[in-house]
Amino acid sequence: MSIASVKTWSVPVLVLAVLGLAAIALPFVVSSYRTFQCTLVMIYAIALLGLNILTGYSGQISLGHGAFYAMGAYCTAILMDKLGVPYWATVPLAGAFCLVVGFLFGLPALRLEGLYLALATFALGVAMPQLLKYKALEGWTGGVQGIVILKPEAPAFFPKIGLPLDPDQWLYFFTLGSTAVMFILGRNLLRGRVGRALIAIRDQHIAAEAMGVNNALYKSAAFGVSAMYTGVAGALGAIAVQFVAPDSFTIFLSIMLLVGIVIGGLASISGALYGALFIQFVPNIADEVSKAAPWAIFGVFMIVFVYLMPTGVAGAARLLLARAGKKAQNPSAFPREESP
Amino acid sequence: MEALLHQILAGLATGGIYASLALALVMIYQATHLVNFAQGEMAMFTTYIAWSLVNAGVPYWLAFAATVLLAFLFGVLIERLVIRPVEDAPVLAVVVVFIALLLILNSVTGWIYSYTIKSFPSPFPKESVFGKWLSSHELGAIGVTLVVVLLVYGFFRFTPLGLAMRAAAQNPASARLVGIRVGWMLALGWGLAAAVGAVAGMMVAPIVYLDPNMMGGILLYAFAAALVGGIDNPWGAVFGGFLVGVLENVLGAFVIGNELKLSVALAIIVGVLLVRPSGFFGSVHVTRV
Amino acid sequence: MALLEARALHAGYGQTRVLHGMDFALEKGAITALLGANGAGKTTTLRALCGLVKTRGEIRFAGERIDGRKTEDIVRLGVAHVPDGRGTFAHLTTEENLRLGAYIRKDRASIDADLQRMYGYFPRLAERRRQQAGTLSGGEQQMLAISRALMLAPKLMLLDEPSFGLAPLLVVELFDILRRINQREQVTMFIVEQNAAMALELANSAYLLETGRVVLSGSSDVLKRDDAVRRAYLGY
Repeated sequence: MSIASVKTWSVPVLVLAVLGLAAIALPFVVSSYRTFQCTLVMIYAIALLGLNILTGYSGQISLGHGAFYAMGAYCTAILMDKLGVPYWATVPLAGAFCLVVGFLFGLPALRLEGLYLALATFALGVAMPQLLKYKALEGWTGGVQGIVILKPEAPAFFPKIGLPLDPDQWLYFFTLGSTAVMFILGRNLLRGRVGRALIAIRDQHIAAEAMGVNNALYKSAAFGVSAMYTGVAGALGAIAVQFVAPDSFTIFLSIMLLVGIVIGGLASISGALYGALFIQFVPNIADEVSKAAPWAIFGVFMIVFVYLMPTGVAGAARLLLARAGKKAQNPSAFPREESP
Repeated sequence: MEALLHQILAGLATGGIYASLALALVMIYQATHLVNFAQGEMAMFTTYIAWSLVNAGVPYWLAFAATVLLAFLFGVLIERLVIRPVEDAPVLAVVVVFIALLLILNSVTGWIYSYTIKSFPSPFPKESVFGKWLSSHELGAIGVTLVVVLLVYGFFRFTPLGLAMRAAAQNPASARLVGIRVGWMLALGWGLAAAVGAVAGMMVAPIVYLDPNMMGGILLYAFAAALVGGIDNPWGAVFGGFLVGVLENVLGAFVIGNELKLSVALAIIVGVLLVRPSGFFGSVHVTRV
Repeated sequence: MALLEARALHAGYGQTRVLHGMDFALEKGAITALLGANGAGKTTTLRALCGLVKTRGEIRFAGERIDGRKTEDIVRLGVAHVPDGRGTFAHLTTEENLRLGAYIRKDRASIDADLQRMYGYFPRLAERRRQQAGTLSGGEQQMLAISRALMLAPKLMLLDEPSFGLAPLLVVELFDILRRINQREQVTMFIVEQNAAMALELANSAYLLETGRVVLSGSSDVLKRDDAVRRAYLGY
């Protein structure tokens, strides 16, 4: 191996290692509240990765992913509260539930393209809180009041080895582990055959079909997997916040998720993390800037980000790295063509 | 039976408002292939301007005309200043800009005017012409919708500028080749859509009372109406609007009650779209491989 | 006298450069042909003249520099482009398409007169005046595209492969009409053609383009007799 190839191979690994160490050290270094915020960032990142699988990689749009987040959250709440299932078991169960529901929703929804699919998912997103408030289901969902759940304690194992973890710290690590699992799973999925099939369907679906890719199956599967990710995020979110209620899962959540992946960067795994940071922290910043019209400031941030980085933070980062690597060359600068 | 008829007529009145907003959505869609999610908030904001004018003593119809004109200019300004910089960006990035506009307009309006509900005057007489069937305002709203739709249709069909706008929307590159300034056609389209939206806002405000969040549900219905009518067909938008208005009212009164009527209405619309994926009057796109 | 001159013209798409420093001039009132194989850059040349592609170098139209200017402005100077693919407004009627050709003109009466003249040159368009332009046949759309360009009352017409997809008899008819228009109305023409034989019959002079560079130029007579041209493009 030449020196050059060793360098290019090990730089991203080095970066990941540094980030990993920082992530593990974090809860011991910052306040409880910040740790909680970072837990939420990771939860959003999982949800955004789910939405990105659908929108970025397979080119379908969803304006209603908040509904799957809600489903995952309520799954956890109902399993814990009504059936006494331990918190850690509810997460994969919620994921499985959302996988099935997402797949079943995807099957007919496939017939719709673009805007029409957007409307269908939007309808789902709007319907969810209304369904959760519906009197007939109150026995299970707790109606408008919702369900309160207990915060899990760190396993007894930790104090025994001399590392006492308070619930917030334990929750952080539990979420960190879950996030790592989901991201590694996602990476393998998207960088392999499945990812290529999805991109083929997104870019040239007729050609993809002609090449033997079963469009219908892949698209529904993509929907299911995407719902599963968001459901897992919802489950973790419910555990973190210790509370589920219909008004926590309005269409606004679905819109924020969409904003998150666009600003973070579509069709990108790191984009989920950038997007999560944006939707968690920028509203706080906006609130600092103006108590009277915080959402206006948030909107301004959104516009600025889109103007400066139309392909998201991840896209901009990629461009910067590419430009840094291409300093030797001197390309002629002709912008894209217009075709009549 | 009487109650059903009343709900249908009331549905036509609100349907007229959905139809106006749906028309605005279709107009921008035809020019840009994008749905302007901020259309409702733009309409709401311009309605507040009308309220300010009326409150300052300006007679209703003068305030109405002034608001329509101001809304037109507002639409042009937004296109030139906010939308133009991202016209080459990926579709979803532009959608995010629309959402940002929505948030900004909503928040700024609440900040300037506060969130307390205000009443908005109706230009139509209080005494009902049709008695229990339809209030004067509801009838007036339907009438105004039809006038607006006819004017818009006439403009696009019979005037050279309307023809140029249609050409610019369909085929911007060819439009440039005949000398049409495509950028300005877009801005004009936005201006017209904003003006139409302002009319919708001023017609709905007397019914639902003026409040920064009044257009949210209406935008959703308008979006559904535009799609069910066929997103590229202005007449479809009008048909869709009336259909959705009636559906909403009948469902709410007789089938499912007010809490779930939105969900059920949307479910029905999505069901329709599954059967006719391009809506009732949309053109079916055959794609060549 | 040259109506249009290009000097050291470079053009391309993104990172790909297609034209590598072209020099050419179009004589006023003449028909000039641009020949070359597929991918030589002929379409790009026409697009460069209309501002549809980013360029480097100088382009002068009637002495004025037009490089870097917007398409809509170049059109207003009197340059009409009939693009490859025809650029028909498919959802508008034939007549609406033609009227759009005269969009920038203000002289109502002459526009109406010109419309009748187009129907005179191409009676089939008159038959289909209220039909949706997208439903016209390939040949009819070609006639429509050329008529639309003429409705501008242009000083210069750029035609990109006008014979494409047309039956041979129709091509003869079309080129005959083009010759008549050039002679009667003094419209300068720049024609890109793969059908070199027909192009050299119609044109006064021609340029030969190979991978973005002019390799040969001269009057049609001279080019017709050139060995390289004969073998590569005329087939004998």
